[in-house]
Amino acid sequence: MNLIFHFSFMQSILEPWPWYISGPLIAIIMFVLIYFGKTFGMSSNLRTICAIGGAGKKVKFFDFDWKQQRWNLTVVLGAVIGGFIAHSYLSTPTNINLNPDTVNTLSTLGFENAGKSLLPAELYSWDAVFSLKGLAILIIGGFLVGFGTRYAGGCTSGHAITGLSSLQLPSLIAVIGFFLGGLIMIHLVFPLIFG
Amino acid sequence: MAKYIKFLFVGIIFGIVLVKSEAVSWYRIYEMFKFESFHMYGIIGTAVITGIILLLLSKNFKNINGGLMTVPKKAKGLSRYIIGGIIFGLGWALSGACPGPMYILVGTGAFSVIIVILAAILGTFIYGVLKDKLPH
Repeated sequence: MNLIFHFSFMQSILEPWPWYISGPLIAIIMFVLIYFGKTFGMSSNLRTICAIGGAGKKVKFFDFDWKQQRWNLTVVLGAVIGGFIAHSYLSTPTNINLNPDTVNTLSTLGFENAGKSLLPAELYSWDAVFSLKGLAILIIGGFLVGFGTRYAGGCTSGHAITGLSSLQLPSLIAVIGFFLGGLIMIHLVFPLIFG
Repeated sequence: MAKYIKFLFVGIIFGIVLVKSEAVSWYRIYEMFKFESFHMYGIIGTAVITGIILLLLSKNFKNINGGLMTVPKKAKGLSRYIIGGIIFGLGWALSGACPGPMYILVGTGAFSVIIVILAAILGTFIYGVLKDKLPH
């Protein structure tokens, strides 16, 4: 009996985790960081990295004591390790259970094998990276994320999870912005880039 | 050094949860913006509901340093949140990665994501340069 329980428990760990398990776990991570006297915000690390690189000498926005942020860089290091552990030891190669309509639409946009990996080879394989279009997409995408999160003062963790959990109006406005931007990209810009 | 161990541990759990929930997948973000799956809405929705409950229940609790369990208040404003939010949303949907998943994806062996991270650092730097000229 015990053995069967153990087996099925391990089996469920290896399967993708359902949203009703993952969502509350993310909230607990946020809560634990607040209990530790910190806050859950991943995009601030980008600002910290700029400060470590010496940007504070030229730009006031980066002139702060980045050593106070070492705890958050440690969270980042942990996240990389967590990604490695989950991918290497806690996953069976399961396809992502995407909506068949999504898979079809992606196929018309030139994305084959949708859901067979975490990231599309059409954007993230080295072949794609070494094409002008592929490289431009990753650089523009990353640039907009870095610029936009700092402008908005937070990203998914800082605004959508922490800000909404603490019922802050600015975070609700920011999250509405996130979705407007995402909808514009997927529905209006994607057909132009990949059509 | 020892005081950082707990943050490393939190990060590891964060990385594992985001990979196992598939929230780090470009495809899941695309699907979310197409309104073709409940998955991401379920994750964010249950995270926020659980977060609201946890923060309300712990209002009078003390944190590890003996201080209050407080969440920093976001500054008032409209332009920065809506414009900055839209800019981030455009990049999020294009790259399929927000600032947490970027690092986590590198751990899964997707090393080309490092290009996205470097570009995000550059984007943050340019924001810092232009900050005082932008509406907030």
